[in-house]
Amino acid sequence: MPKLSAIITLATSLILGIGGVWIAYNVDMLPVSASMNAPVYDELYRVLFIIGSILFIGMTALVIYSLVHFRRKPGETGDGIDLEGNISLEIFWTAIPAIVVLFVGLYSYDIYDRMGGMQPLMHDHTSHIESQSERIWGGIGSGPIETSSPNNSSSLPIELTAMQFAFIFHYPKGDIVSGELHVPVGKEISLKMESKDVIHAFWVPQFRLKQDVIPGQPTILNFTPTKTGNFPIVCAELCGPYHGGMRSNVIVDEQEDFDTWLKENTKETI
Amino acid sequence: MTLSLKPNDSPPEKLQPTGWLKYLSFSLDHKVIGLQYLVCGFLFYLIGGSLAGAIRVELTSPLSDFMPREVYNQVLTLHGTIMIFLWIVPVVNGAFGNYLIPFYVGARDMAFPRLNAVAFWLIPPSGLMLITSYFINGAAQSGWTAYPPLSITTPAAGQIIWILSVLLLGGSSIFGGINFIATILKLRRPGLRLMQLPMYCWAMLGTSILVVLSTPVLAGTLILLSFDIVAHTGFFNPSLGGNVIVYQHLFWFYSHPAVYIMVLPAFGLVSEILPIHSRKPLFGYTTMVFSIMGIVVLGLVVWAHHMFTSGTPPWMRLFFTIATAFIAVPTGIKFFNWVATLWGGKISLNGAMLFSCGFIINFVLGGITGVALAQVPFDVHVHDTYFVVAHFHYIVYGGSVFVIFSSIYHWFPKFTGKMLNENLGRFHFIITFIGFNLCFAPQHWLGLNGMPRRVAEYDPQFQLINQISSVGALLMALSTLPFLWNIFQSILYGDDAGNNPWDALTPEWLTSSPPPVENWEGDAPLVVEPYGYGEKHSIETEAQKK
Repeated sequence: MPKLSAIITLATSLILGIGGVWIAYNVDMLPVSASMNAPVYDELYRVLFIIGSILFIGMTALVIYSLVHFRRKPGETGDGIDLEGNISLEIFWTAIPAIVVLFVGLYSYDIYDRMGGMQPLMHDHTSHIESQSERIWGGIGSGPIETSSPNNSSSLPIELTAMQFAFIFHYPKGDIVSGELHVPVGKEISLKMESKDVIHAFWVPQFRLKQDVIPGQPTILNFTPTKTGNFPIVCAELCGPYHGGMRSNVIVDEQEDFDTWLKENTKETI
Repeated sequence: MTLSLKPNDSPPEKLQPTGWLKYLSFSLDHKVIGLQYLVCGFLFYLIGGSLAGAIRVELTSPLSDFMPREVYNQVLTLHGTIMIFLWIVPVVNGAFGNYLIPFYVGARDMAFPRLNAVAFWLIPPSGLMLITSYFINGAAQSGWTAYPPLSITTPAAGQIIWILSVLLLGGSSIFGGINFIATILKLRRPGLRLMQLPMYCWAMLGTSILVVLSTPVLAGTLILLSFDIVAHTGFFNPSLGGNVIVYQHLFWFYSHPAVYIMVLPAFGLVSEILPIHSRKPLFGYTTMVFSIMGIVVLGLVVWAHHMFTSGTPPWMRLFFTIATAFIAVPTGIKFFNWVATLWGGKISLNGAMLFSCGFIINFVLGGITGVALAQVPFDVHVHDTYFVVAHFHYIVYGGSVFVIFSSIYHWFPKFTGKMLNENLGRFHFIITFIGFNLCFAPQHWLGLNGMPRRVAEYDPQFQLINQISSVGALLMALSTLPFLWNIFQSILYGDDAGNNPWDALTPEWLTSSPPPVENWEGDAPLVVEPYGYGEKHSIETEAQKK
């Protein structure tokens, strides 16, 4: 008998594991991915989804099985078995979650690093930053702080001012002010954000990026769009009555189209 | 005059009013106060639920067309505040704690009966104040988090009343916490050791430590915020040199432990209910105790995971990710132990058992999304979206509120001496479980796909899913009806419960239903094995019968 129950347990775990992987690969719940950040995010999401599905289906199945199998049949009296605990079992299910959590933690650290999240740390202690009158925080995905300086050609600097209830984008190159964000595909954008009034948040679901836009605390958010198209910018921090209406668009163009747009809108110097 | 009791003291006779009027009086009886908390909390639950209904009606269409935008923000602020501070916290702590803890430690009342009554009577006026603020210039509209600068710039009257009300409720909570710690540690019946206490005592001890350590921080923060509003100081006002992030740190230093203040007592209650209705000992008593204390310690050092998209430095994000994810370990132990408690039992599928099992299933999902949200890279996409809304409703509704219903089914016979109708109870469970999952499961998808929380209007592509969610909310509202019918019907015409309808071993069942003012006639029973169910127990009871 113990042999049979071991085989059943093993088979159920296998089915559960395969089921979890199948669900994570076949149930697609995320919007299109449109930034360099997004595929990395989706990878993490998938791993979390696999682990989550296995745990959830397994626990639910255990509870339902117990309720059905061990239910009190009509006319049955007396109590269940005398089982007050089992040290090795308890050690087992302390260790399993600990290992899973440790794995998830290390894995998400790796993802975080690949998204560029750890980079500002390396520059935290340089005198370069301390000498600045304002301390600039890096959002996740922000590259080294230096790339945000306008004279660095590798990234396109754009300034975002958020206010109740609009996003205003300013392009230092060409001195353009726009209510929509125009960016070229495949180029790193360095968005310097600050709020005029209350806290807002800049969120592009297709980029898998969100960063609060905070009054009195400028923040840098770096990202690289990888897909042309029109994606929503959503304010994700309660900012007043029209919070739900505080939306805009990011328009990702081919480089040539972007250059044309830039040229057309550049203020002519008289 | 101060009043405090020693073990085996009886509360002074003249202080106990009699008849149903005692429930409206400044009674010092812990059982009366417990029921006052429960009924008062339930009334606020109905109000908070109606507000949730209004939100779900507004969200059936993508436009803001059901109520003015300002009113919508007031409604969501009141909904959150009422459900947390006037329903879940007072009921899982105040109601069941006051009713059960003196029984469990073998005392005749709480350590400080008068402080106990004061703690309860702070609640109705603060609740009424909060609700009436809607009629005076409008209620607070900056969410239950009241982040500055929004809370400083919205109309001041509503915000100040909100702060006063939350301060009073926090005071009530601290009084209760001190009382529970004193009662559990100092009022134990001689001969009863700490490791022999029912699990709910440990849960309440852990919770009360959190309450006493973290609530004062919220109080201080809100007082500073009120200075910013009325005296135009600049603690959190960036235009006067203040810092808005500091507020968030201080706020979440209380408000994350607040989640454990809502769920730890629920964990304790489930640990009482499962063994009785599956006729088995609680699995792994010692690991359960240690995991509660583990959750308490970790719960104090995870607050900044609410701020991953605020301006937080990378090291902080990493630390809080790891600390938060590790809460899954002690929590996981508890869930495995509960399932092991069911295993091999003789389970009665009644209202109490079904709601407890519904809690396990819901909370596991909420816990899994919680571990996911703890991961910074995952969180930056879904933070402040409907994914988070779904997550925390799985924790506080699917978790705590399911346990509250389970506990009402379990202890109603003790409260009233009458049995509830179990068929209606099962019906209530099925409707609630389906309604709840229909309402909140689709919201995970909404959040992942781009719907932020706290909005009155949204992208039209989300309309269908929002309507499905609203149908779920309607089912949840309707599920209250069989429950209320069951309660009133049973109080009036219910079967007599007898002293111990569940054949339970914990001390509250070893007295009459409802119990006398002094809890037991004669000495308090010494229960050293609160979970001594199982074959051994049934053989003993058989022998006694013969």
